[in-house]
Amino acid sequence: MDHLGFIAAVYGSTFVVIVALVVRTVAQGRALASKVADKDKPWT
Amino acid sequence: MNVQTFNARVATPTTRLVGAMAIASMAWVVLGGLFVTPKDVDQGDAVRIMYVHVPTAWVAYLAFIVTAVASACWLLSRKHSMGFDRVAGASAEVGVIFMAMTLLSGSLWGRITWGAFWAWDPRLTTTAFLLVTYIGYLAVRGLGGSLEQRARRSAVIALLAVLEIPLVHFSVLLWRSLHQNASVLSGDGDIKMDGSMLTTLLVGVIGFTCTFAWLVMHRQRVLAMQDAMEMTQLDAALRERANESSRLK
Repeated sequence: MDHLGFIAAVYGSTFVVIVALVVRTVAQGRALASKVADKDKPWT
Repeated sequence: MNVQTFNARVATPTTRLVGAMAIASMAWVVLGGLFVTPKDVDQGDAVRIMYVHVPTAWVAYLAFIVTAVASACWLLSRKHSMGFDRVAGASAEVGVIFMAMTLLSGSLWGRITWGAFWAWDPRLTTTAFLLVTYIGYLAVRGLGGSLEQRARRSAVIALLAVLEIPLVHFSVLLWRSLHQNASVLSGDGDIKMDGSMLTTLLVGVIGFTCTFAWLVMHRQRVLAMQDAMEMTQLDAALRERANESSRLK
């Protein structure tokens, strides 16, 4: 495959950022959900 | 006695379904984009960057449009529901990250096709300006004040900032640009693209859109909990202050 380094950098950086964003969002959500009462969480 | 419960769950069946759709679509994009789709006649393997670059740009546009619509809903609704403001904020946060990813992937693609990571081209310049505008929007959201003040000032900025999107999109037509014109949304309905390439691109758009939806749903719940904690802490501080003053009397 030509330009493999560039293509790998695009796919790698994009998916690493998305996974990092998902992990951070889930971690933040879990940490806050254990401190905030269920009455303030309409989705529970 | 009123017993408070603390359920640590943030996900719901809807977010799980959207998340599963995103993962399945992303797997297709990686496999299809890297191994199944053919090389482009002109660009060769460099065209594989398109399956990531175009969907991230689409999501960034979509995110900023959602921010504007939610902001308008906050301004126009009688109750000024803070849910609209939180969706606007969450969508802008995700949009800024996807816009930065678009610039990064575009820069790497540009190095292959144009020979330079960056050019002061109309599309690139207006896109960078859009990114800076929304970083500014997020900075304004971070300023002090009440929740209503935050919602009002950021809603006004969101409604002004979204006007930049047509400028970015049509910049390749308005000015002479290195960036190619739209391939799928060209207007004449004649899409000059191999079937497997077009399918992978469309699956990518769906997958990244599901990822965006999942992130915004979760992020606005995080913002709701942050706001709730802030209000609880404020109430506690006011109660303590009231008790203190009654003791002094």
